[in-house]
Amino acid sequence: LLSFLPERSNLAGVRHILLVLSGKGGVGKSTISTELALSLRRSGKKVGILDVDLCGPSIPRMFRVQGSDVHQCDSGWVPVFVDQEKSISLMSIGFLLEKPDDAVVWRGPKKNALIKQFVADVAWGDLDFLIVDTPPGTSDEHISTVEALRPYKPLGAILVTTPQAVSVGDVRRELTFCKKTGLQVLGIVENMSGFVCPHCSECTNIFSKGGGEELAKHAGVPFLGCVPLDPQLSQSLEEGRDFIQEFPKSSAFPALASIAQQILDGTSQRSS
Amino acid sequence: QVALLDIDICGPSIPKMMGLEGEQVHQSGSGWSPVYVEENLGVMSVGFLLSSPDDAVIWRGPKKNGLIKQFLRDVDWGEVDYLIVDTPPGTSDEHLSIVQYLSATHIDGAVIITTPQEVSLQDVRKEINFCQKVKLPIIGVVENMSGFICPKCKNESQIFPPTTGGAEKMCQNLNVCLLGKVPLDPQIGKSCDKGQSFLSEAPESPATSSYRNIIQRIQEYCDQRHSHEEKII
Repeated sequence: LLSFLPERSNLAGVRHILLVLSGKGGVGKSTISTELALSLRRSGKKVGILDVDLCGPSIPRMFRVQGSDVHQCDSGWVPVFVDQEKSISLMSIGFLLEKPDDAVVWRGPKKNALIKQFVADVAWGDLDFLIVDTPPGTSDEHISTVEALRPYKPLGAILVTTPQAVSVGDVRRELTFCKKTGLQVLGIVENMSGFVCPHCSECTNIFSKGGGEELAKHAGVPFLGCVPLDPQLSQSLEEGRDFIQEFPKSSAFPALASIAQQILDGTSQRSS
Repeated sequence: QVALLDIDICGPSIPKMMGLEGEQVHQSGSGWSPVYVEENLGVMSVGFLLSSPDDAVIWRGPKKNGLIKQFLRDVDWGEVDYLIVDTPPGTSDEHLSIVQYLSATHIDGAVIITTPQEVSLQDVRKEINFCQKVKLPIIGVVENMSGFICPKCKNESQIFPPTTGGAEKMCQNLNVCLLGKVPLDPQIGKSCDKGQSFLSEAPESPATSSYRNIIQRIQEYCDQRHSHEEKII
């Protein structure tokens, strides 16, 4: 048993930990987590993504590694690398399911146990950033993740919303969650903010506009930007492609690149 | 007579969508009173129990289950034709509990919502699997956000592309009914945000006819089940 105890915490080599949260489902947390990882990689960083959405794990497919197995090593579980250079590594329950369509029908305590393992037992090695992608809400997964990460002093959280009031209404509660758990809010992203018709360039605010920016102002937290609806982005995620590398002229690119830059600027400010 | 029960404890959206933000729940001798939108539409949500829009419900599973039980046991719904239960995403405490607590009575079935892309479908297959595991009949699947028609040039864009055949293919593969597809319409989000009925605000929208067709099919399903059960008795 002693030989299985890691000599050094598995998170000791991780420089910055950040969480991607939302009160609302379907607003694009996993998308933002994925694109942030790809952008940070483009800037030469080593990135890990820990997917703690146990019921709906989206991350593996977004990197086209959904069939991969997880192997063990002396210090725990080896994360799944998405490329030969090992610049992005992932851990998700998606890799542990025998049949991908099987539902994970677990109550809180069982979810909490796996999350504790995910935080402690993945042998990330040295990473510049560990991004933690979460399911929507303020419940078991969130409480357990924040508790387990507390000793490692996470950088903070990015909150994702769509522009409408119904989404913003839930993200306000997520802000309260951050306040109550001592998690710094790095900023709010307003996702699905406007759609530019590829045929005639007319912009339609399908999910309204401005709610995320207003919330950031009202709550006194940084606003990281508006990301428009971009069919090329959706397509890219479907195919597990590198949107940042392959579609730099697409409408969502500038906003996504800017979010990553603001995170990088924030961390370099922090160190100085 | 319709009852709408919102068991999304962490993200209760129903009060706002129904134009009932700020309403409170009243107690009477017979229990908690639902909040009425119309005489024949009553609503219950944790949203009515929170004093501020910033209040977060940071509860683990067991506490959420306790509230759901109270919603079912202590709310004086009266005689109701349809009880609609809105759930959060996932296959966890809320979903297990609602099925368990309603097992003494009968549940007609579940309507499952997806968007067209595989990223959504891969989770919805799990939801279908959940229903099968807990023996919850599936009324059918709705494909939401299914295409967008530009109001200016009228061309269609697939913002959430059905790269693996959309809900249609999934339903075929899993032998589940596709109830219908609802296109994106900016008026839907606007109406929800204002707490107004989209069906009344935009009667000419293609999304309205989609919704109406889907609702009709759900009613037909429930009527069939009802008369089938009566025959057995």
